[in-house]
Amino acid sequence: MAGVVEMCIAIPGRVEKVEYPYAVVDFRGTKRKVRIDLLEDVKEGDYVLVHVGFAIQKVEKSEAENIAELLEKVFGV
Amino acid sequence: MERKEIIRKLAEAIRRESEGLGRIRIMHLCGTHEDTVTRYNLRSLLPENVKLVSGPGCPVCITPDGDLQRVFHLLERKKVTLATFGDMARVPFEGKSLFYYKAKGYDVRMVYSVFDALEMAKKSEKPVVFFAIGFETTMPSTALAIMEGVEDFYVFSAHRFFVPAMEHLLSLGDVKIDGFINPGHVSTIVGVKAYEHIDFPQVIAGFEPEDVMLAILMLLRMIKNGERGVRNEYTRAVKYEGNVKAQEVMNAVFDREDWEWRGLGVVPKSGAKIRREFEDFDALKVFEDVFEDFVPKEDVKKKACRCGELLRGLIEPKDCPLFMKACTPKNPVGPCMVSVEGMCNIWARFGVRG
Repeated sequence: MAGVVEMCIAIPGRVEKVEYPYAVVDFRGTKRKVRIDLLEDVKEGDYVLVHVGFAIQKVEKSEAENIAELLEKVFGV
Repeated sequence: MERKEIIRKLAEAIRRESEGLGRIRIMHLCGTHEDTVTRYNLRSLLPENVKLVSGPGCPVCITPDGDLQRVFHLLERKKVTLATFGDMARVPFEGKSLFYYKAKGYDVRMVYSVFDALEMAKKSEKPVVFFAIGFETTMPSTALAIMEGVEDFYVFSAHRFFVPAMEHLLSLGDVKIDGFINPGHVSTIVGVKAYEHIDFPQVIAGFEPEDVMLAILMLLRMIKNGERGVRNEYTRAVKYEGNVKAQEVMNAVFDREDWEWRGLGVVPKSGAKIRREFEDFDALKVFEDVFEDFVPKEDVKKKACRCGELLRGLIEPKDCPLFMKACTPKNPVGPCMVSVEGMCNIWARFGVRG
């Protein structure tokens, strides 16, 4: 991944194992060690957004659940 | 409901909402939003009177040549390891880039994270200078690295605060827009609250095509109702307060000065200057003697490059005479073609020619 860094991009992944200040995060099968000390209280099973090797925010739901919520918001489905 | 169906329904709702609104220009402020828009060809789904333009949301693109020249100047005069993010190393100035210096034998390294540079400093005999670019999304990581206090690790800060640039854009007379799609990942750090003082229709959006389409719909409703201020579409990642811990780290290390941006001129309170408490890690301070004879120049090779106007949303890549002629992803003239978040690069990659 080095050499192709998209500055704005942040990828969501699932926290597999916490070894503070690091955690192993699973990005759809690709595992990476990331820093988690910019966040409070990261637990196994949490979804986090990762940018330049740092978890910058927790993501509350999966994309699928989010899209269901979107629909509700717009169309009242 | 299938994804295609969702997007089609959103497009329909946008068309209905836009009726009778006149010509509307919406500006997004993030390279990753441009990627989503171009990848899914969302512009083709918008009605004729709704135009989606791209703003200064690409950190590599807005970094002015002056910063790059200073880095070259330092590299030529001090025996250092220079670490930076990949795209920045490809931006040319007078035909030279950090890759060019690397090929000439200078110690230039591409890193994924600031901590790669920090690890280098722990092992290296030479000073390691991290050429740091990026907005609020990236700044906390650099701040945390500085706070570790590692010997022989220095930061050349070219970080810039994004929120002041939005206010600055609105103050420029030539930028005619009706609403902002606020940058999703900057927002995860700064929160919804950071935009509340900006008296303008804004929606914070995520990066799926549904997110961008919904943000446009929300903006049109705001514009129709004469509503100002900020709404949040990206609720799954952006909180009202943002990431408070990251803000604290960032504000502890960086002050805010008036710095230049490519395309925008000097943006008040946007420059992330390393505070005096941390000046032992500030490359511009530690190596200040090197810069005594520094005089910034203009790059004559970029005379025809219209990256600056592009970053203000005044033109599209096709309006630049260099686009896909003298300027291609393989041989870029300006940073908008270099960076994977630059609009020229994105259009080139997805084969958009106008």
